[in-house]
Amino acid sequence: MATDTATEHPEETIGAQTGTPVKIETSSTHRSLIGWFGMPVFLILILGATYIWIQGRELDSIEQRVLNQRVLTEKLVEHLQLVAVSTAIVIAIAIPLGVILTRPFARRAVPITLAIANGGQAIPSLGLITIVVIWMGIGFTPVIIGLVAYSALPILRNTMVGLQQVDHSFIKASRGMGLSPMQVLMQVELPLAIPVMIAGIRTALVINVGTATLATFFGAGGLGFVIFQGIGLNRDPVLITGVVMASGLALLVDYLAGVAGHFLSPRGL
Amino acid sequence: MTQTESSNEVMIELDELTKHFPGQANPAVDKLSLTVKKGEIVVFVGPSGCGKTTSMELVNRLIEPTSGRIILEGEDVTNSDPDELRRRIGYVIQETGLLPHRTIAHNIATVPKLVGWDKQRISERVDELLTMVGMDPDVYRNRYPKELSGGQRQRVGVARAMAADPPLMLMDEPFGAIDPITRERLQNEFLRLQAQIQKTIIFVTHDIDEAIKMGDRIVVLRDQSHIAQFDTPEAILTNPADDYVADFIGSGASLKRLNLSRIRDIEMATDAPIGRMDEPADELARRLDASEWSAILLLDDRKRPTRWVNAQDLRRPGFDPTTMGLKARAVVEPHATLSDALNELISSNGGCAIVADGDGAYLGVVDLETIMAAVRAMREQHARFYLAAKNPDTVEV
Ligand SMILES: Nc1ncnc2c1ncn2[C@@H]1O[C@H](COP(=O)(O)OP(=O)(O)O)[C@@H](O)[C@H]1O
Ligand SMILES: [Mg+2]
Repeated sequence: MATDTATEHPEETIGAQTGTPVKIETSSTHRSLIGWFGMPVFLILILGATYIWIQGRELDSIEQRVLNQRVLTEKLVEHLQLVAVSTAIVIAIAIPLGVILTRPFARRAVPITLAIANGGQAIPSLGLITIVVIWMGIGFTPVIIGLVAYSALPILRNTMVGLQQVDHSFIKASRGMGLSPMQVLMQVELPLAIPVMIAGIRTALVINVGTATLATFFGAGGLGFVIFQGIGLNRDPVLITGVVMASGLALLVDYLAGVAGHFLSPRGL
Repeated sequence: MTQTESSNEVMIELDELTKHFPGQANPAVDKLSLTVKKGEIVVFVGPSGCGKTTSMELVNRLIEPTSGRIILEGEDVTNSDPDELRRRIGYVIQETGLLPHRTIAHNIATVPKLVGWDKQRISERVDELLTMVGMDPDVYRNRYPKELSGGQRQRVGVARAMAADPPLMLMDEPFGAIDPITRERLQNEFLRLQAQIQKTIIFVTHDIDEAIKMGDRIVVLRDQSHIAQFDTPEAILTNPADDYVADFIGSGASLKRLNLSRIRDIEMATDAPIGRMDEPADELARRLDASEWSAILLLDDRKRPTRWVNAQDLRRPGFDPTTMGLKARAVVEPHATLSDALNELISSNGGCAIVADGDGAYLGVVDLETIMAAVRAMREQHARFYLAAKNPDTVEV
């Protein structure tokens, strides 16, 4: 038959093509059981083993002064506060900054801002916080400022990369339909950048959990207290408890951020 | 083309529209002036980089003109609110730009939402549009773009552009990234749809064949969107304005012309002898004898062509109409183009193509002679027009 006649029945072929919808395959939707449950199981095993090991030991009085529920809970809570507050602040600063820097009018400010953020991360964390403490004295606030400066880069950079990698045709089509620049940002660019932005937040969280162990040197407590008591007092059980708690927390936070990212990322990507 | 068009027939007028990108020596679009009438498809065609996309994006002001005016439905929109303007102009691009995080229904609903339609009206419109572009709403409305084929995505792109029923649509190489077979199908579907909806469309392509097929009128562009020729496909094929246009059409101009007329527009032969499968051989032989044909076409009980048989077949003892003679091939519908018919005719070994209606019932035949005659007529008509326009005193029309 002539080609034109074939067009009378487009559904024959198209129906056949789409009878089986194209599978959406991203690592997150088809996350395996190990992907979902591997990390929690691993954490429970490690924490459980450490707990049983400590319980099974005769702790001397020095060890008991640190390894008791009151101190450990207090240090854990302090640590969580440091991480939560610093990450919240860094998100509140770096995401809007990343958005602004990807607007055409701000193009010229990009190199200098990235240089500053890079600088923040290039200085060793201990040095960075020390600088802030020399300037402001010890305490919660200067440590938070140090953490924010140290972890701003991943969120800033990922926000910018996430927004820049949005295919220009989506923006062009949306502008072409009459969405305002703000509507394009909120409805198109940010949703499409979310996976990359969340990856940045995840990195920042893990950095903050790790860097917050230094807070104890500057009077802001946290799990670093346990670790450095263990070193200072030369008591391995204390040191190991501190290390396991701090790294377990880092892994847990990373895992939870990954799960959150999975549920917050728009469908269809 | 009549010179006297009343203004209510004009959809959009571009007046010396110019775009000079900063830092470039020459304008990308230089004083483009043209008028598009309501209900027509005007195709911008030209080589890559000649300024087609820029010209189109000047119309909905995705690119702001350096100078010149845009007049849409009699209103100067050169300085109006660009977002408002774009909501009145449908926009389809090659990449479709369907938002991957939104369902098909949500994508189509974009402009109706922007202009504040209520939910009920939007969802009815989405279903109507999906049906219009040949996609079952129940199957597709909640899918995501990546769950569709390229051709289906482009259909949704068209549906989305038509959502709020804009008077004007801009289409920038909409079928350019699609495989040739699907492209052909989408083109035909779109033309059929356009016959119903009668939108005003500016269509961009670099493919002269697509331009000839889709355009009511074609603007052949050269560098900087200078108009080389603006006319109907027939006129451009028959009388290219200059060497540039002739070169752009390429060597296949005569063949391309075959794409311009359809079988229903030409005179097909209805004198071919026909018979029924159940008629006796001698009756068929007598009818064949009386004609000037070498074979008689047998139709089944629903008048569908089945086989050609010649006098020899009919004389054979034990004549069996289901096996003897040649199977009737080369069947085309009246809306097939002459190019389609010629194609069929050449690839089948018979001397003619059979024309049948949508149900397959026999209407007539076209042979090479018929097609040649049609081409000749077309050519003469335009040659006369051309000469008459150039030299009105010496040629009678
Ligand atoms: N945003 C832009 N900035 C600078 N030059 C541009 C821009 N868009 C297009 N051009 C230039 O304008 C000319 C025409 O481009 P375009 O309209 O895309 O051509 P076409 O669509 O016909 O292939 C090209 O030379 C191209 O480089
Ligand atoms: Mg182009």
